[in-house]
Amino acid sequence: MHEMSITKSVLEAVKREMDRAALARLYKVRLRIGELTAVEPEALRFCFEISIKGTPFEGAALEIEEVPLTGLCRGCASRFRITSFDNTCPGCGSTSIDRVGGTELDIISMEGA
Amino acid sequence: MHEILIEEKILAKNDEIAAENRKALARNNIYTINIVSAPGAGKTSLIERMAAELGSLGVRFAVVEGDLEGDFDSRRIERHGIPALQITTGRACHLDAHQISHALPWVFERPIDLLVIENVGNMVCPAEYDLGEDMMVTVMSTTEGDDKPLKYPAIFSASEALIINKTDLAPHTDFDIDRARENALKVNPYLRDLVQDRRRGERMGRIPCRACQGKREARWIAQGYIYRA
Repeated sequence: MHEMSITKSVLEAVKREMDRAALARLYKVRLRIGELTAVEPEALRFCFEISIKGTPFEGAALEIEEVPLTGLCRGCASRFRITSFDNTCPGCGSTSIDRVGGTELDIISMEGA
Repeated sequence: MHEILIEEKILAKNDEIAAENRKALARNNIYTINIVSAPGAGKTSLIERMAAELGSLGVRFAVVEGDLEGDFDSRRIERHGIPALQITTGRACHLDAHQISHALPWVFERPIDLLVIENVGNMVCPAEYDLGEDMMVTVMSTTEGDDKPLKYPAIFSASEALIINKTDLAPHTDFDIDRARENALKVNPYLRDLVQDRRRGERMGRIPCRACQGKREARWIAQGYIYRA
């Protein structure tokens, strides 16, 4: 399980931003997690919660925006959700597509005071 | 209350160190592969077989081994006259770019063309951690399910090549090599080379070797086939 090391990286970035803005309290952290990553949002929530327990961050909420695996057709430019790894464009039937979503592992923002 | 926009990759720091590793390795003319698989798929055996093959081709290589505990794998590799450095990760289920950066001075002391990093046996966690390699290679074996790419898509999606190992055992399992290949391509349409390990096969797969460019390609010991997707 590497959700713990992911959590550690998140909290390092959060701490850096809080120091920079001279904030003392953390209310919320927003993440963006793609469907095709090896990160399980529930496990991440659990790790986040136990990591902030007893620290100045205790009580902060974790908001996870999950991004579905998304394809962009090179032929007809339609954007579609890829289900069951079927890379066929529902618009024109082409299989020449680019993956444009689903591998994100980002920190979007944080709220603090 | 302040909302602060961060918008960065969670593993930005790892990616930064990985980029530095990649640059340093390229400066030293070393091509690097990162081998990942489930425990027991045959990563170490594959590297052992590379030793004889690459040795006869004059390709010099070294191995960095990642394991939770012990130096069993690096000792196995050293028996073949190949320098091997063991990294023990303790409880961590994957290697990261920082650990590799500490191994680089050891690597650069050796005159090599190819660096093989054997990651911790795990099909989940290594997917997210760029080490600075040129190519990530997933190994799956015929004693596993041919639906593995669909069950562990992240690692197959992050890889550039796939080796199907233990094909001599395939007749004794219900593993379908074509179906495995199909599943892997579904998950990763960009997967170009599917190398199939055949212990007694005739054809050799190839991996590109920057150091050998123009002269020859380093041959992959996998004794298998490369499928052009």
